[in-house]
Amino acid sequence: MATLPTTAEILLKDFGPRPAYPALDPLYGQTPDKLVKTHCCFCGVQCGIQLKVKNNQVIGFEPWEEFPVNKGKLCPKGIKRYVQNNHPDRLLHPLIRGEHGFVETSWDKAYERTTTAIQEIQSKYGKDAFAFLGGASMTNEKAYLNGKFARIALGTANIDYNGRLCMVSAGAANKMAFGVDRAANPWSDIPLAKALILAGTNIGECFPILTDYIWRARDNGAKIIVIDPRITPIGRTADLILPVKPGRDSALANGILHALIKEDLLDRDFIARHTTGFDKVEELVENYTPEKVEEISGVSRKSIYRAAEIWGEAPTAMLLHARGIEHHTKGVENVLSYINIVLGTGKIGRPGCGYGTITGQGNGQGGREHGQRCNQLPGGRDINHPGHRQEVSEYWGIPEAELPGQGLTACEIIDAIEAGKIKGLLSISFNPLVSIPDSNRTKKALDKLEFLGCIDFFLSETAQHADVVLAGSLQEEDEGTVTNGEGRCIRLKQSITPPGNAKVDWQIICDLGKRLGKEKYFDFKNPGEIFTELTGISANAPVDYSGMSYERLEKEMGLFWPCPSPNHPGTPRLFEGGKFFHPDQKAKFFGYEYRAPAEDVDADYPLFFTTGRVVSQYLSGTQTRRIGELVDQYPEPLCEIHPLMAAKLGVKDKMPVRVITRRGEMVVPAQVVTTIRPDTVFVPYHWAGKKAANQLTNRALDPISKIPEFKVCACRVEKV
Amino acid sequence: MSATQFFIDASRCIGCKACVQACGECETHRGMPMIHLEEMDRGSTVQTAPVVCMHCEDPTCAKVCPADAIKQDALGVVHTASKPRCVACSNCVLACPFGVPKMPGKFELMMKCDMCYDRTSVGKKPMCATVCPSGALYFGDESYIAEFRREVPVNTFSFGKQIVKTKVFMMAAPLTPRINVDMAVLCGFQNEKAEAIGFHHQDMAEESVWNDLPFRKPAREKEVVS
Repeated sequence: MATLPTTAEILLKDFGPRPAYPALDPLYGQTPDKLVKTHCCFCGVQCGIQLKVKNNQVIGFEPWEEFPVNKGKLCPKGIKRYVQNNHPDRLLHPLIRGEHGFVETSWDKAYERTTTAIQEIQSKYGKDAFAFLGGASMTNEKAYLNGKFARIALGTANIDYNGRLCMVSAGAANKMAFGVDRAANPWSDIPLAKALILAGTNIGECFPILTDYIWRARDNGAKIIVIDPRITPIGRTADLILPVKPGRDSALANGILHALIKEDLLDRDFIARHTTGFDKVEELVENYTPEKVEEISGVSRKSIYRAAEIWGEAPTAMLLHARGIEHHTKGVENVLSYINIVLGTGKIGRPGCGYGTITGQGNGQGGREHGQRCNQLPGGRDINHPGHRQEVSEYWGIPEAELPGQGLTACEIIDAIEAGKIKGLLSISFNPLVSIPDSNRTKKALDKLEFLGCIDFFLSETAQHADVVLAGSLQEEDEGTVTNGEGRCIRLKQSITPPGNAKVDWQIICDLGKRLGKEKYFDFKNPGEIFTELTGISANAPVDYSGMSYERLEKEMGLFWPCPSPNHPGTPRLFEGGKFFHPDQKAKFFGYEYRAPAEDVDADYPLFFTTGRVVSQYLSGTQTRRIGELVDQYPEPLCEIHPLMAAKLGVKDKMPVRVITRRGEMVVPAQVVTTIRPDTVFVPYHWAGKKAANQLTNRALDPISKIPEFKVCACRVEKV
Repeated sequence: MSATQFFIDASRCIGCKACVQACGECETHRGMPMIHLEEMDRGSTVQTAPVVCMHCEDPTCAKVCPADAIKQDALGVVHTASKPRCVACSNCVLACPFGVPKMPGKFELMMKCDMCYDRTSVGKKPMCATVCPSGALYFGDESYIAEFRREVPVNTFSFGKQIVKTKVFMMAAPLTPRINVDMAVLCGFQNEKAEAIGFHHQDMAEESVWNDLPFRKPAREKEVVS
């Protein structure tokens, strides 16, 4: 029974989201007791920040200029993040569903209800009928603990995480091409590049701090190529904009590689010495003439040649990309097609030469390394690899036969709930009702659950449907580590303890593990002990943290993995000397024929629908929709539409329009702008209910990575 | 030894409002940002521009103040009106060529950016220039700007016949001696039309000035790791 326990109005009154303003807090502006050097809780830059603490509350911030990644710089989310603390919506007690809504309860009763439900469901339907969903905004310690909890305490194969919605296609592509899943370079390499391709990455709004690195490259003479159906702030002054038609990225990348070959701009020596598989790719892209690619992608042949010239002639160059090319049913193919450009020109493994994916979530990198993915074990190990299974089983002290196999991915778990195969779900730091595509179906699926438990600090839209809500911790209420988008593991300090009766997340997971009869596997006294186990188990694994300690991370302002011993300096730049992580030390080319998105435009739905972020909001908005001044900056979703299309529809700026896809519709004010392709509309996705862009998006999955196709589907727009 | 100065470069601005949000955190004017972030014309561009007080050498706001409430300190910083003196007449709001001072109704006091006097007076940077993710607001050594930026700092502006020199610099195209705030441009007149009505673009940089410039070396930070 996961319908709402009471009316939406009562839930809103009791739990929000209500925008809070710091000036209303009596402690606001008072002299702090201490300043805690820690990091922002939002995106994958993980900016250093100092939090002002008084009376066990965070009351403000001060820039931390010594931290090398951001040097005091912050975006509006980081500046206002402290407002989530001491918030009227904060969950202070465990909640249990009553007849007329949520009722505060004791931890004992909440745990009892949860473990009873787990045991009943599993004894009736089997172990895998209970699933676990984790998140990539949590620390490495929690990501590790989630995996261990699901495999040992729940014994379920079905654990996955919201990173599945984020950059798994890039991760899978990295492993296929390079044999390892990490950005190839530290961001300090960006200013050394003489050409940059920014493919499907709205850096100015989603990763604002990296803007300065890009502009410093430009000061140094770098030419900037931006590939995006919209002119975003980072694209506004680009040297070249390739306004690609949504869903055509692999064709465009093939076209650029074709032009590089025709212009004789490849590094044939590098290809011969350090790569395999180029012949097939060369044969494949022979057909991708700029004329043909112009036809497919909407990018002019002249621009395709210009992009090849800029990239190919530059002595150094870097490729950065994000969800724009990754959120596709061919996400892995798109990324590999772009990586081919990097490998074909040998622009990797040197200062100013390389590759990186812009990780959207706070721990987008670390969250995908330590075993909370359905196909992965700690240390980035493969759950289907017999040797890896043996190593982890031995370390944990369990028989290998008891270690579950590969389970379902996040969207597939929701599908399996809808199909009645999964009956119970425990979710932490994940708001699938807002963040998974086709939210009308997600809601129906949640209604079919026999038990939904949520660990959260605010009552997210998903937690509103829960049977039990376990009041967990905000980032500043716990300690641990995260790994940012360049692969630098950094230390988060605890600023305050959780308010009221709330507990730190790792304690909740360990308590549940103990109550499920697995005491000895969850006997951790603090996050430091979890980190020690995490680093220990990672020794000699694909993702090796074994030389790291909290002390080193603090003293050295973070360490890049692999870091295999206590005196190892870490590895900021990968692939130096052309040595890749495959057994033969060579990188691999993979070429793909272009194929259309799962749902393309047609006569009934003639426009492309695409989604993304705005700078003042973060993911499903559970935190940022509660921070008043961030809400005011961009209060509700707008539909960006080109004036040519707006005129055709008789729509003017700020007028409401109805956007309709085969899955749902929403009414949203138009923002009439020339900064978007006329055949495309864009709506940001941070809102819930009737304002949720994911009512419209398509839950079609990439066959390899199972990332859904957020970035393209077909819609029509009507004047209201 | 070169001086620490404030440089604004709207070409780097990404419109994120970190400056606005951070300014509103200041303990002297809580909840009321003094920096403005101007959207040029969202319909046609994502261009935005941050506007701080330019701290004129001979501040127009002070000259038009009938109550002598606006003071400039020894460092050239022009301060918010003195509360006992300000009569809330809004002369300064109307007269400032950059549109900086505001007169919030509830306070009946002219308020404006004082370049974070509380921070700069103890050796810190202004808050907006500390947090700005794009370097559109930069407070630091002028030698850094000379060495690493291709644009040039300009602190002379003409508004019709009024020539204004400011403490804060604006980054402009190379070889730009001063920035002309030209009504012809603001009103949408292009070259020939503008000249026909007597406006000239003599100080506007030609595109070609960029071509002859050497590129600067990269502003590489010292790597902490390794």
